[in-house]
Amino acid sequence: MTAVQGDAAVFAALEASLTRGRRAKNLLATAWMAGSLVVALVPLGWVVFYLIQNGASSFSLEFLTESIPVSSRGYGPGMGPAVIGTLLITLMATVLAVPLGVLGAIYLNEYGAKSRLASVIRLMSDVMTGVPSIVMGLFIYTVWVLNFGLSGFAGSLALACLMLPIVIRSTEEMLRLVPDELRQASMALGNSKWRTIVTVVLPAALPGLVSGVMLAVARAAGETAPIVFCVGVVSDTNWNLFDGSNTTLAAQIFANAQLPYPGAQERAWGAAFTLVLLVFLLTVAARVITNRYSKKRGGA
Amino acid sequence: MPAPPAPPTIVSGDRGRALMRRPAVERKENGFRFLTMGSGVAVLAVLALIAWSTTARSWDAFTSQGLGFIISSEWAPNRGKFGALAFIYGTVVVSAIALAIAVPVSLGIALFVTEAAPRRVRKGVGYVIDLLAAIPSVVYGLWGLLVLAPTLEPIYEAVSSAVGETPVLSTFFGGQANGKSFMTAGIILAVMITPIVTSLSREVLLTVPGAQREAALALGATRWETIRASVLPWAKGGITGSVMLGLGRAMGETIAVALVIGSSNQITTRLFSSGDAMPAVIVNEFPEAADTHRAALIGLGVVLFALTILVNVVARGIVKRSERRLAG
Repeated sequence: MTAVQGDAAVFAALEASLTRGRRAKNLLATAWMAGSLVVALVPLGWVVFYLIQNGASSFSLEFLTESIPVSSRGYGPGMGPAVIGTLLITLMATVLAVPLGVLGAIYLNEYGAKSRLASVIRLMSDVMTGVPSIVMGLFIYTVWVLNFGLSGFAGSLALACLMLPIVIRSTEEMLRLVPDELRQASMALGNSKWRTIVTVVLPAALPGLVSGVMLAVARAAGETAPIVFCVGVVSDTNWNLFDGSNTTLAAQIFANAQLPYPGAQERAWGAAFTLVLLVFLLTVAARVITNRYSKKRGGA
Repeated sequence: MPAPPAPPTIVSGDRGRALMRRPAVERKENGFRFLTMGSGVAVLAVLALIAWSTTARSWDAFTSQGLGFIISSEWAPNRGKFGALAFIYGTVVVSAIALAIAVPVSLGIALFVTEAAPRRVRKGVGYVIDLLAAIPSVVYGLWGLLVLAPTLEPIYEAVSSAVGETPVLSTFFGGQANGKSFMTAGIILAVMITPIVTSLSREVLLTVPGAQREAALALGATRWETIRASVLPWAKGGITGSVMLGLGRAMGETIAVALVIGSSNQITTRLFSSGDAMPAVIVNEFPEAADTHRAALIGLGVVLFALTILVNVVARGIVKRSERRLAG
C-alpha cells in the first residue's frame, strides 16, 4: 500500500540528511500516532480488567439460571430472568428485523440499483443508523406501549427498529459482492429473476449475510434505553413476550449500578460480564464467518 | 473445425421473453418485486412515523411551554415548568469534550494504521477497535460510575485547587469538583465514539491513492510531511464527515451519560461540576413521568431526533461529496 517499506538503507541515509527540525517534527507526529493507540488501549484494558475481576468471580451456571433476589440489598447469585428476557427479546427482534432488512436490501441491490427511490432509501437507512436508541424507545412507547402496555414485545419492536438499517446496509454490501456471472448463468438457464435471487444470489451471499446479522444482534442485545421505557424492569421470569413487563441483562446492569448496596453492584458486574461475553461471542463468530468467506472467495 | 452449431432455438431471446410473459411467472415476479420494494420503503415509513408520533405526543408540552421549552432552564415538573435549556447545554458541553478528546486520538490511530504501522500490527489494531466498539454502553456506564468517577474525583480536586483563582482556567476547571460531572461524561463518551471515528476515517484514508503519497515521498518529504501535504488535504472531507457521525453518536448516547453526569439542572462553565444532558434526563425521569411531564420528555426526544438527523444528513452529504470527488 504505502511506499514506506522501501529499501531500509536508503531510507536511513535519507533520514540522516534531514535537518533537526524536520526530523523532530516527524518523530513527534509518529509518537502522536502510536501514542493514540496506547491511549485507546487504556480504557479497553481497564474495563476488561474490572469485568474479569468483579464479574467473572460471580459468573457461573447458577448465576445464569437462579432468580434475582427479591431484596436488592441481598447478595445473591441470580440473573436468570434477565438472561431469559435478553434472549427472548433479542430473538424476537431478530425475527422481526431480518426478513424485512434482507428483502429491503434485495430491493436496493437487485431492483432499485441506481434509481432515485433506492438512493433515498439508502441515505435514509444510513441516517436511521444514527437515530439514538432512546428516540427509538420513545417512538415505540408512543405507538405501542401507550396502546398495549409494557411488554417484552414492545422492546423487541424498538430493537428491531435499531437493527433494521444495519441489516439492510450490511446485506446490500454482501449482495453486491455476488458476481454478476452467477445471476447471468441462472437467467440463461431460464430462471426468472426472483427465482434467481432466491435460489442463487441469496445462498451465495449467505455467510456474509449471517455475519452482518450477528453484528446487528450483538448491538441490539446491549441496548438499554429502549428496554427501560418499553419493557420495564422487573425481577421475575416472564416467558410471555406479549404480556407484562420483562427484564434484560442491560436493564439490570443499569438498575443495579445505581444502587448503593455491594450485593446489587456485584450482580451488576456479573450481568455485565455475561452480556459482554455474549456480545463478544457474536462478534468473534461474525468475524470468523466473514474471514472464511472472503478466503474462499479470494481462492475462487 | 466443424462449423459452429446453429443456436438452439429453445433459449433464443424471443422464446425467453415469451416464457417471462406467462402470467403466472410474471405475477410471481411482480409480487416479489413489490415485496422487496415495500420492505425498503419500510425504512422511510418508520422514520416518518418516528417524527410524526413523537411530535404528536409531545405537542402538549411544546404548546404549553412555547419557546420557553428551549430558552428557559427552569425545569420543575411539579409546577408545570419545562425549560430544557440546561439539558441542551449539557448535551453540547459533553459532546464537545468528547470530540476534543476523541478526534485527535482517533485520527492518530487511523493515520498510524494506514501510514505508519507494519502490516501485522494493522490487523491487531482492527481487532482492538472492534472490541472497543462491541462493549455495550451500559457496561461503560457501570465502569464509569463505579470505577472511573471515584478515580477521577481526587484528580479533579487537585486540578481545581491548583488552578485556584487563575482567570480563564478557573472558569473551566475551578470550583467544587465532583466525580460525577460533565468531564467524566465527556471522557466516557470519548471512549465510546473513538471506535466509530477511527474506523470511518481509516476507510477514508485508505482511499487516498498511493501515487499521492509516493509523489511527496519522492520529493524527499518525511512521513509527517507526506501526511500533511498529500494525505490530509485529500481526506479532509471524509474525515470531517466521520467526526460528525461521531458527534451524532455522542449526542444521543444515553445510558453511560445518565450514570456519570450527576443529574443536576444547572448551566455552568465549570467542567468538574455535575450537570445533565437531554437523553440522560429522559431515561432518568421517564418511568415516573405523566401528562405534560411525559410530553415534555418526549419533546426532548423530538429535539434530539431532529439534531441527530441534521448532523447525520450533513455528515453523509460531506462524505458522499468527497467520495464523488475522489471517484471523479
